Amino acid sequence: MRSIILEIKDLHAWVGDKEILKGVNLQIKRGEVHAIFGPNGSGKTTLLNVLMGFSGYKVKGEILFRGQNITDMSVDERSNLGIGMSFQRPPAIKGVKLRSLIETSARGKEELIEEYAAKLHLADFLDRDVNVGFSGGEIKRAELLQLILQEPELVFLDEPESGVDLENIALIGEYTNILIGRHQEPDETKTMKELYRQRRKSGLIITHTGHILNYLDVDIGHVLMEGVFACQANPGEMLHTITECGFEECFRCFRKETENVK
Amino acid sequence: MSNRKNVPTDDLDISLYHEVAASHPELTDLSQLSPEDQKVLLMSGIDPSGKERSGSFFQKDHSVIHCQTDFEGAEIISASKAREKYAWLKDYWGKAVPVDKDYYTRRAEEHQEHGYFIRSLPGAEVHYPLQACLYLSEDKLAQDVHNIVIAEEGSSLNIITGCATAPSVRSGLHVGVSEFYVKKGATLSFTMIHNWAEEMAVRPRSAVIVEEGGTYISNYICLVPARDLQMYPTTILRGKGAVATINTVLLATPGSLMDVGSRVILQAEECKAEIISRAVSTGGKIIARGDLVGEKPGIKAHLECKGLLLSDQGVIHSIPELQGRAANLDMSHEAAIGKIAQEEIEYLMSRGLSEHEATSLIVKGFLSLDIIGLPDDLKKELNRMIDETDTNAM
Repeated sequence: MRSIILEIKDLHAWVGDKEILKGVNLQIKRGEVHAIFGPNGSGKTTLLNVLMGFSGYKVKGEILFRGQNITDMSVDERSNLGIGMSFQRPPAIKGVKLRSLIETSARGKEELIEEYAAKLHLADFLDRDVNVGFSGGEIKRAELLQLILQEPELVFLDEPESGVDLENIALIGEYTNILIGRHQEPDETKTMKELYRQRRKSGLIITHTGHILNYLDVDIGHVLMEGVFACQANPGEMLHTITECGFEECFRCFRKETENVK
Repeated sequence: MSNRKNVPTDDLDISLYHEVAASHPELTDLSQLSPEDQKVLLMSGIDPSGKERSGSFFQKDHSVIHCQTDFEGAEIISASKAREKYAWLKDYWGKAVPVDKDYYTRRAEEHQEHGYFIRSLPGAEVHYPLQACLYLSEDKLAQDVHNIVIAEEGSSLNIITGCATAPSVRSGLHVGVSEFYVKKGATLSFTMIHNWAEEMAVRPRSAVIVEEGGTYISNYICLVPARDLQMYPTTILRGKGAVATINTVLLATPGSLMDVGSRVILQAEECKAEIISRAVSTGGKIIARGDLVGEKPGIKAHLECKGLLLSDQGVIHSIPELQGRAANLDMSHEAAIGKIAQEEIEYLMSRGLSEHEATSLIVKGFLSLDIIGLPDDLKKELNRMIDETDTNAM
């Protein structure tokens, strides 16, 4: 049995008086990657922000990381335990060079910065201010660069493909695989099955378009509706349904099930 | 009988400071200074080894104890000595900063204990900077200096000056009259770093005259604030196409007052000026003034003044002014005072930085101006200084 890396129990979150998350429950096992689909405003980004510990939310419920309750921990404490996050729209920070941010966040891996920056076509960006004037794709590649060197055990990805052009999406996909430890070369001494069992990194991905799933194997899909998980299923089938019928179908199903419960 | 002329108009108590200093023996080399003094010098932009410098000047209290020029096209000596050596210096002395401008200019003329004279000869390319340090080692001493800088026609000159106090000094008065002359087609890049004791009162009085096609770049950095600093240097762009860039970086801690401005008067066609300031207060008061006066058509001038206020006890008072006095000119200003966005701090914290590390990185980023036209090694040095700034108060 794989151990549980992330467990969310009856998580509620408010912004002011408005309840955004209304009792979210989730378990992610070591080595698993989950995807969250959901219409705009369903609470996807709020969920990741609350899991990462950002301010601006009133929170109730429990968040357990490797069994440890992290609900009241600060952002940096969570990060130092091994949780990382790729932002959908990270802030631009004037005067702070991408290189100095990475040198501070990934101490001891200075020699890898140039190597990965080159691989992600970001060599010229290391001496630029963090996210200042970056295009959508450059932002996402810079997020990946920071996270790969940070090496989190559990990574949250908020729409890693948004704003990325078609040319770059394969690159984003490839390095997302590396980030979550799914980039495995065949090994003569081990079967692929054994290699899969060795996967230790986990991920939770928000995707609006689902394009990233063409490059990344996701184990379980969820639909977030009105602040709760409405559905858990095979992510491929889920994406197929959403692409064909839109979130209307999810709403229809969600309402029916809610009524049945009543 | 009290002489009204001999009292400062600000409320500085001059009687706190004594006027007579012990004299100090000369040094053949700045590396003969004590390690403590050398450390202060390094943090003030002065390299005691003199490596990659075209010359050095060191004044301790009222004595010039080291003075050496290592480049043929330039000269760095005591201003008093220069006055004896060059009769023509009278055409410059007091011509940019009038002697009777205020109490401090009068007292500098009356007391004047040296100061530096720096000159680049016509056409000379002085690649490595000349460095000058005005140092106070005696507590409660008044130091009055008069500095003259002349970049002759077509020359290019780099200067770093550091004004600092020895670690044992808490209080003192520094009055400095500085006059700069940038001749036709010359470029002067002048970087001044102040590194004062917490109880210092500082009164620089400076003016710059730039002739046709000349360029003046000024960088003023004060990250170790004094109790009371007041300066408002004026740059006059006198000749056609003259250019001035004035950068100011200030950090005010609790208890300090920094009233720092920059004025540029654009008197000829095609002149350009830019004033940029960055002010951070962790509890002190900063008055960030800026004044651009456009007197001829076709001039272009911009003023940018940004403040970061990190404490409710602090004050940043930004006073940008523009005066247009001709048709067809282009003048603008932007001023902003804000705090650090929580979103930026948390973004960095999500990468594992503590709140303090994140704040400090953002503040240092805010202070690190991308200064154009500065030699790379100097840029690196400035960034090092900002990096080493004590951000514990933040």
